[in-house]
Amino acid sequence: MSGNSAVGEAAVLAGCTAYFGYPITPQNELTEHMAKRIVEVPGGVFIQSESEIAAINMVLGASAAGARAMTSSSGPGISLKQEGISYLAADELPAVIVNMMRGGPGMGNISPAQSDYLQATRGGGHGDYRTIVLAPASVQEAADLVYVAFDLADTYRNPVVILGDGMLGQMMEPVTFTTAAPRKEYPKEYVLSGASGRPSRMIRSLLFDTKEEEEHNWKLFRKYQLMEHNEVRYETFLLDDADMAVLAYGIAARIAKGAIKRLRQEGLKVGLIRPITLWPFPMKIIQETAKQLGDFFVFEMSTGQMIEDVKLALEGKGHIHFYGRPGGVIPTPVELSRIIARHCYQSQRSKKR
Amino acid sequence: MKTVYCRPKCMKEAHFHYCPGCGHGVITRLIAEVVDEMELRDKTICVAPAGCGMLLYNYFDIDTIESAHGRGAAVATGIKRVRPENLVFSYQGDGDLAAIGTAEGFHAANRGELISVIFVNNGVYGMTGGQMAPTTMLEQVTTTSPAGRDSVLQGHPVKICEVYATLDGTSYLERVAVNKPAAIIKTKKAIAKAFRHQQQKTGFSLVEILSPCPTNWKMSPLDSCRWVDDVMTKVFPLGLIKETKKC
Amino acid sequence: MKGFIRIDPERCKGCSLCMEYCPGHAISLTNRLNLKGYFVADFEDKKECTGCAVCAVMCPEVAIEVYQIEKTDER
Ligand SMILES: Cc1ncc(C[n+]2csc(CCOP(=O)(O)OP(=O)(O)O)c2C)c(N)n1
Ligand code: SF4
Ligand code: SF4
Repeated sequence: MSGNSAVGEAAVLAGCTAYFGYPITPQNELTEHMAKRIVEVPGGVFIQSESEIAAINMVLGASAAGARAMTSSSGPGISLKQEGISYLAADELPAVIVNMMRGGPGMGNISPAQSDYLQATRGGGHGDYRTIVLAPASVQEAADLVYVAFDLADTYRNPVVILGDGMLGQMMEPVTFTTAAPRKEYPKEYVLSGASGRPSRMIRSLLFDTKEEEEHNWKLFRKYQLMEHNEVRYETFLLDDADMAVLAYGIAARIAKGAIKRLRQEGLKVGLIRPITLWPFPMKIIQETAKQLGDFFVFEMSTGQMIEDVKLALEGKGHIHFYGRPGGVIPTPVELSRIIARHCYQSQRSKKR
Repeated sequence: MKTVYCRPKCMKEAHFHYCPGCGHGVITRLIAEVVDEMELRDKTICVAPAGCGMLLYNYFDIDTIESAHGRGAAVATGIKRVRPENLVFSYQGDGDLAAIGTAEGFHAANRGELISVIFVNNGVYGMTGGQMAPTTMLEQVTTTSPAGRDSVLQGHPVKICEVYATLDGTSYLERVAVNKPAAIIKTKKAIAKAFRHQQQKTGFSLVEILSPCPTNWKMSPLDSCRWVDDVMTKVFPLGLIKETKKC
Repeated sequence: MKGFIRIDPERCKGCSLCMEYCPGHAISLTNRLNLKGYFVADFEDKKECTGCAVCAVMCPEVAIEVYQIEKTDER
């Protein structure tokens, strides 16, 4: 199954009943899967909207009405959704937004890239908000993280972004769908359903009183702190005895794994830290690793975005190496292993001196 | 002693923030009256705009959500599709619906979404200080058309009802005004009718309401009311524009 | 039929629309300021009010309540 279809199927199994999308490559299979699939579930809603702006606002409405709602797009469309994502965060409404990234900026191209890391992790819209960002590295993980995404969205009443790329979206891999454990019931006292037998409700973020608005911001901030505390996810690979740690996420991490396996055959002790949540970023494991080794190699399919978080995590410690390929170029594991090897040897030499 | 008129039940105690003589106040009240009379409080969900109508949730004792500028029809669509049993309406100004939210309004209408839009046409951007709106009339002076709106440079006033009438998804479109007692009573009937169309699932319904904005028209409330008749209705003729089925 | 109205002086913004449209000219603007700083309208009891509610229809502030005095009340 393609990554796109797997994400769609997992969403339906996770109880998503409202999907809104606008065609853009490389995520079309997801919209198409939902067109067939979501209408099979009771109350399932599918709309091919007139734009990504409309789609995200339909998500907002559906979420306010109590549905598990989702939309998906790629770079240019995600740019248009930023306004709505900001409102979702401000209004404390859960939603899942999938971005299958492609080469940019501007129209860019439709090849896989990791060009939107900063947009996703820094809350590309306006206002002081954050979104949890999940970065799967395989079709199976993409499907698994969809359940996680919906649960996190409901737990924190906040939008959650699944950040994949065109490769993950379009490649075919076997996938099994964990029959989702009976879903937790989340309090729904914010949902608009008509004020029958209860006081009326309002969902808003406009607070003319600056003190009230400040308090709203601090309230959201405390929620973001909780997320930072509780929701960090990452994977390590051959890190225990490593002299150099590669940092990569998503598909880039898979390429890096392949490269590391080759390097190990050559006797180079290289390991991997793969952030699964890009926000909150796994700072601690990087800081702990810095006690054990001094060389960090960041690999991204961009000119370098996650590297900023790595720098922040290291606080000036260690030495950061970087290799990036923007614009939709996908290096092979062999290519990457050669580059990592060169950096390894160089740093060994400089240490000897 | 008999009470002939008192505040609608589904209205909170908050005082309006509207300027003196503003049509928004009348329209807000009429909606509340209709919701009361049709006993819809328990079912209604209101989508408030960015614009002078943005604080509706402070006034209506019904479930209400804010929307980003222009996105009301999309938000209402999301709500209505998930909760088809509820009555969902969005309240939008002319900048909101006819400029930044053109696509969302047009396509919700075209899909025949079973929502109602209360479209407040006051010919200007009220909230931001009286700039030119898509509905500003030719030669009308605003802060961003200081020499008067010039069709060559700034285009023509947009007639939302007439545009939407060409869409097969729309079932009820009427243009009314809130500048004098008889017109206000008609407006109330039109709002009720739009809600009935929604209940009977005939299609997308919209009531366009010519509404005085004395502050930005720089006129007294009374002159504003007269101006609606003397000038606005010449460009935006009142009356039923489309009704596919009697409701 | 006789009627009377109550104008909430704190809601009134003195727009004068009720006065203009009142067929009995029973409302006038006072020189009393409310907390918001508007001169407010008030009902003149001596004038002819039928309880037609035209003022309430016009009032953008929902500030007016209208009552009719039934025959039985007049005792
Ligand atoms: C994306 C965005 N752009 C601009 C604004 C600023 N803004 C707020 S209300 C408004 C115009 C309101 O005019 P209209 O829709 O005609 O409603 P009115 O105030 O006249 O009732 C604008 C431009 C905004 N809130 N969001
Ligand atoms: S600016 Fe105009 S539309 Fe806005 S409240 Fe004042 S009079 Fe009404
Ligand atoms: S219409 Fe209402 S706000 Fe205007 S003067 Fe009369 S009572 Fe006051």
